[in-house]
Amino acid sequence: MWKYIVRRSLLAVPVLFVVSVISFSIMQLAPGDPAAILMGGEYIAIATEEEIADLRTALGLDVPPLFQYFNWITGFFVGELGNSIYTGVAVATMVSDRIEATASIVLYGIFVSIMLGLPMGIIAGWKMNTWIDRSVMIFAVFGFAIPGFWLALNLIYFFCVKLGWFPVFGFRSIVTDGPLEFLRYSTLPSLTLAVAFMALIARMTRSSLVEVLGEDYIRTARAKGLKESIMLRRHALKPAFMPVLTVIGLIFAAAVTGTVVTESVFAIPGMGRLFVKAVGDRDYPVIQGLMMIFATAYVFLNLIIDILYAYLDPRIRYS
Amino acid sequence: MTTTRGYNIDEEAVRQAKGTWFRTREQFVRVLRKNPNLLIGLIILTFFLLLCGFAQFWERIDPLMLDPDDRLQGPNWKHWFGTDNAGRDIYSRTLHGGRVSLMVGFFVAVFTTLVGMTLGLISGYTPKIDIVLQRIMDSIMSFPTLLLALALVAMLGSSMWNVIGVISFVDTPRMVRIVRATVLTLREQMYIDAAKALGAPTWRILFVHLAPNTMAPVLVQATYVFALAILTEASLSFLGLGIPPENPSWGNILALGRTFLQQAFWISFFPGFLLTINVMAMNLVGDGLRDAFDPKMSRSV
Repeated sequence: MWKYIVRRSLLAVPVLFVVSVISFSIMQLAPGDPAAILMGGEYIAIATEEEIADLRTALGLDVPPLFQYFNWITGFFVGELGNSIYTGVAVATMVSDRIEATASIVLYGIFVSIMLGLPMGIIAGWKMNTWIDRSVMIFAVFGFAIPGFWLALNLIYFFCVKLGWFPVFGFRSIVTDGPLEFLRYSTLPSLTLAVAFMALIARMTRSSLVEVLGEDYIRTARAKGLKESIMLRRHALKPAFMPVLTVIGLIFAAAVTGTVVTESVFAIPGMGRLFVKAVGDRDYPVIQGLMMIFATAYVFLNLIIDILYAYLDPRIRYS
Repeated sequence: MTTTRGYNIDEEAVRQAKGTWFRTREQFVRVLRKNPNLLIGLIILTFFLLLCGFAQFWERIDPLMLDPDDRLQGPNWKHWFGTDNAGRDIYSRTLHGGRVSLMVGFFVAVFTTLVGMTLGLISGYTPKIDIVLQRIMDSIMSFPTLLLALALVAMLGSSMWNVIGVISFVDTPRMVRIVRATVLTLREQMYIDAAKALGAPTWRILFVHLAPNTMAPVLVQATYVFALAILTEASLSFLGLGIPPENPSWGNILALGRTFLQQAFWISFFPGFLLTINVMAMNLVGDGLRDAFDPKMSRSV
């Protein structure tokens, strides 16, 4: 097991290196001198040549790109990602201020999708080719195709504008404002995130369970007169959950993409909205820092899932 | 058999050609009958391709025409899908927007397939390149797709071709993975050894012997990429960084609809609904093709 963990971890090192290079060089893609653009564009001469040069020094852009990269990446290891060009606040502070909103929406959404998606998939797989199965599958096909922002707009229109059950936008912390306020504000955004994942989990669970139920040992279990519920619980569900585990891992990554849109629609002060704003402002340190953080989180998450998978299924360790 | 010179050869060729045509058609019909999902998906897709592709024939009002007297009207006989804040007809704009969105999806699917197949074939066949290329693909996939696409479009500037290029870049690694995985299993096959023994150059083995056998998973993935690209484009435009607003696309009509959600929900409702139906139809086609190519799966999944 340890050998596998070490081998798998070493594989992540070059990936993280390339990730950092991509995150860093995004800025180099923009045409023109970033400092000049920030000072009002290349063609509008608002700032003097000296002011632009000063800004360039302040941003650390006066050294060759290779040194810039080196400074940036060494900063990353000590949690120092530079300051926002516009507000001057440290990127690390900005991120830590917004992590709670994003994390609570994502976790709430994934919780909802697992709690609803798993039972749906299990029932559909168990009652294959019945009307329950068909309706779950139709929901799955629809749910997977609905774009998050359109779903969000419809939910807002129906539940907020027409029925007035939920506030239209904003965020309340579960810690400082209490769970009730949190639920009032976060249920719609989380539901927006959850629908696609629910569909995915339901589908994956169903197909995986159908496959397991076709195995010989399930026929044996049924033949010896085991109750269906015990057969499911003891023999069918555990092996059926294996592929679902991978999907849940993928969902964490997809959730980040989902939050970008969801947080923008519901005006939630999270990392996704911060990123959209930074992109609009061309706030390079914030863009680079967030990209690096998201990608690193993804790499580590995948690492953990692979190790978990190897732990649950010994065959993987030795291949 | 008559032996009239020349004549019977033509007849034979015609018969053969007819035979293959009938065989393929019969096979196609059989596949469709077994896969109602594929049929439904294809019908919906064809309908929208005709509707949006020839938008100028079905449109009732110029999609760019401003009509301040009719602004923010709900769906009615003159404006089937209502109008926006400038009195522009949402029905016409949705059809034209569909054309842009479908075009983005189509070109992304084509580029992703071309680049993904080339890289995947090379990567699967040559272990030395594979090690490096796979780490690069892994790192591109480590970024949340929409985030990477947002950053790239913002840096390169938003135009339709930039959006297509960026989404292709973001979606290619998965295609590379799929082609590579297929090549890894095919590499050990006897006919590849035979080709090598006959002295076939590497490019010939890759593109003549291996490429055709990866077509099934590639086609399935290309369908999913088509759907995914339309969604990504819509998300980008919705966030204001996709197709420039003077050119209607489903995403930027939706973005406008968000501003007027309380007064005029129809602005966002109709393009979003069409988007959902199209993405759903493409996923159905993808699933149907997958089942058709892999009959073992179709019975259970």
